[in-house]
Amino acid sequence: MSHHIVEVKDLHYTYPGETRKALSGVSFRILHGEAVGIVGANGAGKSTLLRHLNGYWAPREGSVRIGDYPVTPRTVKQVRRTVGMVFQDPDDQLFMPTVFDDVAFGPLNLGFSPEEVALRVTRALETVGAAHLAERPPHRLSGGEKRAVAVATVLSMTPDILVLDEPTSNLDPRARRKVIELLHGFVHTRIVATHDLDMVLALCPRTIVMREGRVEADGPTLDIFNDAELLDRCHLEKPFSMQACPVCSRATLPARQP
Amino acid sequence: MKGVESGLLDFSRLEMLAAGDSPVHRLDPRTKVLVTAAFLVFVVLHGKYDLAGLAPLALYPVAAMALSGLPAGYILGKLLLASPFVLLVGVWNPVLDRGILVTVGGLPISGGWISFASIVVRFALTLSAALILIATTGFDQVCRGLSRLYAPKAFVLQLLLLYRYIFVLAGEAARMVRAFRLRNLSDERPAMRTYAALLGSLLVRALDRAQRIHMAMLSRGFDGEIRMSRPMRLRLADAAWAAFWIAFFILVRRYDIPGLLGQIVIAH
Amino acid sequence: MHMADALLSPAVGASMWTVTAGLTVYCARKVKKDADERKAPLMGVLGAFIFAAQMINFSIPATGSSGHLGGGMILSILLGPYAAFLTIASVLTVQALFFADGGLLALGCNIFNLGFFPCFIAYPFIYKALTGSSPTRNRIVAAAILASAAGLLMGASGVILETVLSGISELPLGAFALLMLPIHLAIGLVEGLVTSAVVLFVWKARPEVLTLSAASRPLAGLSLRKLLAGFAAAAVLTGGILSWFASQNPDGLEWSMFHTSGHEELAAPADGLHRALAAFQEKLAFLPDYDFKKPEAVPAAPAPETAPSGPVVQPGTSVAGLVGAALTLALAGLAGLALGLRRRAAEIRR
Ligand SMILES: Nc1ncnc2c1ncn2[C@@H]1O[C@H](COP(=O)(O)OP(=O)(O)OP(=O)(O)O)[C@@H](O)[C@H]1O
Ligand SMILES: [Mg+2]
Repeated sequence: MSHHIVEVKDLHYTYPGETRKALSGVSFRILHGEAVGIVGANGAGKSTLLRHLNGYWAPREGSVRIGDYPVTPRTVKQVRRTVGMVFQDPDDQLFMPTVFDDVAFGPLNLGFSPEEVALRVTRALETVGAAHLAERPPHRLSGGEKRAVAVATVLSMTPDILVLDEPTSNLDPRARRKVIELLHGFVHTRIVATHDLDMVLALCPRTIVMREGRVEADGPTLDIFNDAELLDRCHLEKPFSMQACPVCSRATLPARQP
Repeated sequence: MKGVESGLLDFSRLEMLAAGDSPVHRLDPRTKVLVTAAFLVFVVLHGKYDLAGLAPLALYPVAAMALSGLPAGYILGKLLLASPFVLLVGVWNPVLDRGILVTVGGLPISGGWISFASIVVRFALTLSAALILIATTGFDQVCRGLSRLYAPKAFVLQLLLLYRYIFVLAGEAARMVRAFRLRNLSDERPAMRTYAALLGSLLVRALDRAQRIHMAMLSRGFDGEIRMSRPMRLRLADAAWAAFWIAFFILVRRYDIPGLLGQIVIAH
Repeated sequence: MHMADALLSPAVGASMWTVTAGLTVYCARKVKKDADERKAPLMGVLGAFIFAAQMINFSIPATGSSGHLGGGMILSILLGPYAAFLTIASVLTVQALFFADGGLLALGCNIFNLGFFPCFIAYPFIYKALTGSSPTRNRIVAAAILASAAGLLMGASGVILETVLSGISELPLGAFALLMLPIHLAIGLVEGLVTSAVVLFVWKARPEVLTLSAASRPLAGLSLRKLLAGFAAAAVLTGGILSWFASQNPDGLEWSMFHTSGHEELAAPADGLHRALAAFQEKLAFLPDYDFKKPEAVPAAPAPETAPSGPVVQPGTSVAGLVGAALTLALAGLAGLALGLRRRAAEIRR
């Protein structure tokens, strides 16, 4: 079962017109069924990395392998079937007039029959708990609903690997909790780029820390979040749930300035 | 035009009306598009002095509004907002065309007044028909109907994408205008230079967004063609609706019903 | 300014619809053949941008009035003429449906006026010609202002011609032009200023966007003369067929005289085309003599206060027409009321 493996080797990328590398020598290997958090400061290169994982950019320097295929312009179709990509802003992902059409977009492009498409849409929407939204236009959904539907738009293509960019940004606490639970229930390989370290703690046994286009650390999430020096170097902070509770340990907090 | 927020409100209102349920809402969008088109043609076929001939055609918008439960006040309000240009052009008719056409109870009425009145009536009829179409059908259904009626696919898709992103971009625009007003308490509207910068950054954001949407499309297998599959079915009600109205339009075109009615009334 | 259904004759409306539909199909093909799949989302989002931009006004200094961005020129600059035409057409369609701007029959006219002129005339022959292959700041400003103003003036002339040819409004060509053109020249110049400012902004922030569209040849593979000839043929054909058809049927003036008066006053002219041409000529005349405009139909009444000197219309019958119309309207209203009540009753029962 090698086809759910994600392997990135010495990947470099420079945006056109820029001199600084957005990615300079990224390498890692993610196995079938793993849930991996990718964290790092703003501009560390997380989004740039994710765009390579579903072939939006074919690697010019280094390589990306998705399962049995190296990502090249020729394999990109297969790669996109295998890797489902959920983008940061659901308004970019939901471009069709109704939720149904949006979730059906991928399967239709894969060439399934209308009946099969309808079946897949229903199944994907049920999985994310959004079956009742099928006929709604995307611009009439709440932020949490949009996010759920955005996940459904890739689930309907039955990918093996889910890649998510900031899945909990702009969500209220309950919507955020729902998304985390949803992702927790999946058996797919999951790669989540985020600033929400508490989510990483809840969801991903493994974490990759990025800094200035490089992998700064890669290992068990708990080990990484306990390494205060590493976190500080990468402009990160210990997740709230690992910090001393401010209510029961108020005495240890510095006194407030008047 | 109107402010960003009130413009969006207009969309929301019509969309909410279209989400309702009624015999008219349930008709196939193609039926409604075709009947609306036929109605418009029959309205403009009337000559400019044919005020009386237009009267029976009012049955269509009135009946469609009543059957679908659309609030007449709202539709009329929208017509009023849209009327200035037509009134501005039409109001010259009474000035320029003073030939007496009719004398009612000793009061001579010039052709100009008749044709002005007919312009106003045409205006109300044609625009209410368009609003009724959208308020009972919804924009995306109208587009689907059009695409089944052989409108060019690229154009239908353009309509759908445009509509989808009006909400996103208008939201962005509204936020920018609000930020502008917060910093600029004295003036309600931005001066041109600020305005251009405002639009410029809105445009740059729009360009970036287009690129991200393209990326999202590609990642779901987009190959240059957008596919939509939704079955559409014409039912008996569709046939009945179309047949009734087209027969009615032809009938009132062939027979002068108001004239007959008037003669009967006056004879008694 | 939007042309309106209420001012449109069937012949003009149908001709413009035919021409616009043809253009739309043609542009859709061109865009498809272009096979740049980035265009689809770009057109959608830029259309939405125009829409949002038109919802914001800015104040024009010292006048107390306000203006907004016109769409056709900036879209042409960013997208090229074909995609720009489709985009502006989509914006106008949404405006016609939701804001009742103009109406659906007039949509053909409006898309032509606000799409064809900026995208296929002003952009290639003014903007591109002036900016050339190496745009500079000053050239962009001058070209954008000139092209926007010219495009808008052509569009306004379109509205004038369509209105006058339709003949529903009594405004003669000259007076109407005097009414419309100066205002639109001013609006066009302001729109041009805004357009140039926005283009410069993008030029600074995203130079690649503009160089990309600057590199594309604006009307590659298009012979404008052929295109225009095609449209002219289509328009003349539809217009001709319709006016012939109209002359075979009681319609227009005769039909309406018949309706309001109950008399058929006129003998149908022998030749429909001849009549159409005569009407055209008459319309084109600068301030024609109104009193003699419809000498056969209506006895000249120089001023309203003079009593009608021998009305052709029998008072009783004409009153019948108007009374009947009022009655019909009332009946239609009653029918609507009944239908509405029935509906509400059914809803309550449910
Ligand atoms: N379109 C672009 N053009 C040029 N440079 C870019 C572009 N997008 C990103 N960059 C640069 O590439 C680097 C990596 O950006 P990237 O978006 O991958 O960071 P990120 O880790 O996703 O940050 P964030 O947490 O803010 O989303 C940054 O230095 C950024 O400035
Ligand atoms: Mg990012």
